[in-house]
Order: sequence, then C-alpha cells, then structure tokens
Amino acid sequence: MKRMISVIATGLALGLSFGAQAGTLEDAVKRGSVSCGVSTGLAGFSQKDENGKWSGLDVDVCRAVAAAVLGDADKVQYKPLTAKERFTALQSGEIDVLSRNTTWTHTRDTSLGLNFAGVNYYDGQGFMVSKDLGVKSALELDGAAVCIQAGTTTELNLADYFRANGITYKAITFDTSDQTRAGFESGRCDVLTSDQSQLYALRIGLKDPSAAVVLPEVISKEPLGPVVRQGDDAWFNIVRWSLMAMVEAEFLGIDSSSVDSAKADGNPSQKRLMGTEGDAGEKLGISAEWAYNIVKQVGNYSESFERNVGQGSPLKIARGLNAQWNNGGIMYSSPVR
Amino acid sequence: MSDHRQVSSSPSFFNNPRNRSIIYQALLILGLGYFFYSIVSNTLANMEARGIKSGYDFLFTTAGFDILMSLIPYDATHTYGRTFLVGLLNTILVSTIGIILATIVGFVMGVAHFSHNLLIRKVAVIYIEIFRNIPLLLQVFFWYFAVLAALPGARQSLSLGEVIFLNVRGLYFPGLVAQTGATFVYAAIAVAITSIYLLRRWAKKRQDRTGQQYPVFSTSLAIMFGLPLMALIFTGFPFTFDIPELKGFNFRGGITVIPELMALTLALTMYTGAFIAEAVRAGIQAVPHGQTEAARSLGLKERRIMQLIIVPQAMRVIVPLLNSEYQSLVKNSTLATAIGYPDLFTVFVGTTLNQTGQAIEIVFMTMAVYFVVNMTISFVMNRFNTSVALVER
Repeated sequence: MKRMISVIATGLALGLSFGAQAGTLEDAVKRGSVSCGVSTGLAGFSQKDENGKWSGLDVDVCRAVAAAVLGDADKVQYKPLTAKERFTALQSGEIDVLSRNTTWTHTRDTSLGLNFAGVNYYDGQGFMVSKDLGVKSALELDGAAVCIQAGTTTELNLADYFRANGITYKAITFDTSDQTRAGFESGRCDVLTSDQSQLYALRIGLKDPSAAVVLPEVISKEPLGPVVRQGDDAWFNIVRWSLMAMVEAEFLGIDSSSVDSAKADGNPSQKRLMGTEGDAGEKLGISAEWAYNIVKQVGNYSESFERNVGQGSPLKIARGLNAQWNNGGIMYSSPVR
Repeated sequence: MSDHRQVSSSPSFFNNPRNRSIIYQALLILGLGYFFYSIVSNTLANMEARGIKSGYDFLFTTAGFDILMSLIPYDATHTYGRTFLVGLLNTILVSTIGIILATIVGFVMGVAHFSHNLLIRKVAVIYIEIFRNIPLLLQVFFWYFAVLAALPGARQSLSLGEVIFLNVRGLYFPGLVAQTGATFVYAAIAVAITSIYLLRRWAKKRQDRTGQQYPVFSTSLAIMFGLPLMALIFTGFPFTFDIPELKGFNFRGGITVIPELMALTLALTMYTGAFIAEAVRAGIQAVPHGQTEAARSLGLKERRIMQLIIVPQAMRVIVPLLNSEYQSLVKNSTLATAIGYPDLFTVFVGTTLNQTGQAIEIVFMTMAVYFVVNMTISFVMNRFNTSVALVER
C-alpha cells in the first residue's frame, strides 16, 4: 500500500509539474548555471572542441545570458539537440533558453508556447552542389535529389521554391547536419540545401571543400535567434537584453578591451550600459554590472561574429545583413535608457 | 437462541465479503478514473496557459513539405492527415517485406544448423552469431553508410543488360505497364493459385486414403508458370516495359527502390532472421530424437522426416517465438529515422511534429498505430498457433 501511494504521488507530481511555471531566473540562480540548448555541432554557431569546450555565435548568446545572470559566462550547461528535439526540450523545461540557429516564424512564435527573444543572425536559404555538375543556378536543378535536415523551415521553403518554379526534386531527409553532409558526400543527392551560413560551415567539413560550390540564389528569409518559453516575461527580458547588450556595445564602441575604461569614464550612454549610471540591471532583476560582464567575458556582437563566423574563423562570412544599421546592415539595438 | 445464530451467520451489509469487494473495486476504479482525468485536464489547462495549441485540426491543414517515397499520390499541397497515411503505408511496406524475408532467411539458417554438411552448418552458426550480437542501429548504418553509399554515382551505374541499374541513388528496374488484355493474365494467375490449393488438398486426401503419393511440387510449379504463360501468349503479351533512363541528374521511369528502403530491409531481415533461426533451431531440438529414429525405422527419407515428423512438431515451439520476433521487427522499423527512410516515425513524429509542434497528439496517434499493428500480428499469430498446437486425443 505504501508503495502504491508513493507511485500515485509520483504520477501526480509528474502531472502537476508540467504546470509548474516557476521563475526561470530563480531556477538558474539556484542551480548556479544556465541550461542552454545548442546544436549537435555546427561550425561557427555551436561546436565542441577536443577539450569539450563549446564555442560559436549561438554559444555566445548562452554565455552572455550566464554572464548577465550569474556574472560568469562559463556557468552554462550545454544540451546538444537535433532540430527535431529542440522545441520539446524547451517546452518541457529541460533547457532555459534555446540558442540553436532557429528561424523565427509565425507558427513557431504563436502556436508552440514559445517566444523569440531577438535575432542574432540574419540568414537565408541557399543551395550547395558539387562543382562537376556544372550547375550555375538553382533553376537548373530539375529532377535533382536534395539532401535536407528534418524538422526545419528549409524543408518547407524547398517545397515552395520548386513548386513555384515548376521543377521537380526528390527530398532526402536526415536527422543531423552531419548525416546530411555524409549523404551529400556519398553522392546520395546532387544538392544540399540549408541556411547559407550552414552551407559554408558544412562545406568546410567536406573532404574536398573546393569540389562544392554554393549557388547564388537565396530563396528565403531566415532570421535566427534565441527562444524562451512563453509566460515568463522576466526571463524573456533578460535573454532579449543580453543579446541587445552585445549589439548595443558594438554600436557604442565598447569592446572587451575597452570595457573597463568605458565603465569608469565613458560617455553617458556607455556608462548607462555598463551600469555605472541608471538602473538597467535592477530593472531586469539582475546585477547592475550585467552588460559589463557580458562585454568583458563574451565581447560585443562584432567580436563574437568575427571570432566565430567572420574573418577570425575558417568560415570567413562577411557581415552583410548582420552589420550595424549604420554600416549597411540591419543589426539594430533598442537604446538602453 | 436460534434467532441469534441466524443473525450472526448473515453478516451486516458492510461485513459481507461480496459487497465489500464490490465497494473496494468501485472505489479503486473511481480513484483511477480521477487520476487519469486530472492528468489529462491538467495537461490541457497548462498547455492552454502556455499558448500551446492542442486538438486534431492540424490533420486538415496543408503540410507544405515533400516526402521521398510514397505509395499513394502525395505532394506538398496535401494535408498532415495525408502525411500520416503516407508514413503508415511506408511502415507497413518495410515491415511486411522484412517479415517475409526474415522468415525465409530464419528458416533456411535454422534448418541449415542441422545440415550434415560441415560448411553449411558453420555458415549458419557464424551468420547467427554475427547478426544477433551487433546492435541493430549499427547494422542499419553499416548497410546504408558502408555498403550502399559505396556504390557508384548515377552516371557510372552498374547495369544489367541496360535495363536494370544499381547506383548510390537506388535500384532501378523496368516497370510493367498493363495494356488491354492484361486482365486475362491476372485471371490466369488467380486460377493457377486456386488450382494448386485444390490439387494439394486432393493429393493429401488421396494419400490418406490410398497411401499413394502424387508429385504435388512439380505439378504446382508447372501450373504456376504454365497457366500465366499461356495467357500471355494468347493475349499477345499485353504489357509494355517502362525502362529507366538517365535524364539530367537521375534515372527516370521504371520502378525505383530507394537505398534507404534497401538498407533498412536488409538490416531488419538479417537481424530478425538470426533470431528466427535460433527459434527454429530451438523448435527442432525440442522434438525428441526418438521421433527421428522411429521415422527412419519406418523407412522414410530424410526430407520426408523433416516435412512430416519434425517440422509439424517443431512449429508449436517456433510460432509463439515468431510472434514476438515479428512484433519486434515492426517496432524496430522506427530506426528508419536514422537514415531518413520516410516511415511513420520519421514522417509523422519527425517532420510533422516539428512543423506543427503538437507533440502530445502526434505521439499518441503514433503509439496507437504501433499498438494496433502489433495487436493484429499477435491476433493472427495466435490463431496460427492454435492451428499448429498439439491436438491431444
């Protein structure tokens, strides 16, 4: 009988815990780490080196949130997720924030019980083909076999694009981007389609990167950004402003080397961001030095970009759309005041 | 005094063990009902509070993605309900092929275990030990990424007489396109099957009655091929071939077997076949050796001993084991997701779930499908089991 009661109690607790909407911030502080969902390995965005250390543009968002909330960018627990698993992991509370090159779409924002906290990379879907096919444009791909990753917006865009142009194709769907690349390399498909940034990352992983070319067509808008659960506005604000702080720091000319001088004797905008003036941190319910910690430990957006996907990385992606708004891009932070 | 005794022997309502057990059971059912009710309503309320959509309306909205292989017409303009069907049919296809092939492989290898030829016996043992002891997922990867991916590309295809092609994209063979008169050929095949069935019954009855044997096998073979062949000749071959041709990137026309299906079928067949072989071995060994000796002393040939004495008795041990192997095979077919074969799990729990986000509904529907499919297998196999069970007289 005693055992039965405990079984029933566990069952009830499970049923009820689904509803527990405790503050994510309190949980993270109590746990002493931010639990962050990342990809299973995508060069430039989230990848693990041989020492088990994660790095990448998406990883930097996790690190920024940890720096803001806990004062230490290293206090992140990474959960590698496939595209298919990611939303369930966030909905069920397994992770605090999902930062995994996830496209912000209407359906995902409105019907999954999730909120997108911003955009950390503006992307678009493209095609990679092997060079010896001699294809110059995606419109020449009639009848081609196309490798894609399951559970992505890519799958939908691909169907739309080929249908709109009246050309046929065969979709071969894989679970992870590594399998997709293996499929492409073995010749199972003629074309690999994904977000352009990923194409460059996957191309580097090929045995012979020069044997593949990325076609010029960009067939969709893919704003990628961090995602949180709906219904915890305080946490949503923290994630949104952690990302904004990196963009704003770049705009204000603060980087990880100049952060101390900006904090001590910067202009009023710089001092407000660094927490020496105003109460931006307090309003978020975290330390006044939140943005200082982010820039000091993670860097501003430009530093993160160049280090992970830009000139300082093997990917060498140009800033393009992801430059500051006053530099020809559309990266724009709301003012901290 | 007698009154008192009367009262004490018929206990009060609550002390009556019958009433008590009914009350306890009713309470337990109520409690269980409330337990499940609270889980369901709690989940629904919480999902609504978090703005997660629920319900089955998504089945009627446009899917918008394509599926590699479909047995029914499907494209991106069809609904999620249709993706469910496409996935279900693909699962049934791979399971059916897998069950048939695994049974053949299993029986051959199981019987080979008792061969008097050392080489055959050793081959069976090595096959069983290798395929039974390696994880199935690894075997799926082996066939897909090591064996099939090593085939040449579309333009360097291996070909058999320029009509059958094999390359990394799959196996292509000519399709038959029926013309007028094809119905006669189908009818001939149906007649052939029926007459073989009748012939076997007649031959068995005759043997029971007179003890005379009739060459059933060779006659059946002649009927099976002869009748359709005659129909073909009389109707002037009412079929045309649709021969695959290399156009642009890929072969077009004919019938394509995608490598994902081949790899999964191979893996499921070889893996389950090894277990079935063991079941067959167990069944045969369960027949006492005295039976064989008795049969030999009657002067039966070794093949007839197998057919008439051993196998019928072994079946009652083998069938219950087969049942669970078949069920495992169906469940194991979900490993399709690892190589992208579009089975129910890949298409529905994979892509559809991800595009709609309705995890609970989709997972529930999928679980229900595997439950129903396996219950059906179990039902059929139990009927079969009853028919092979030892009839005690």
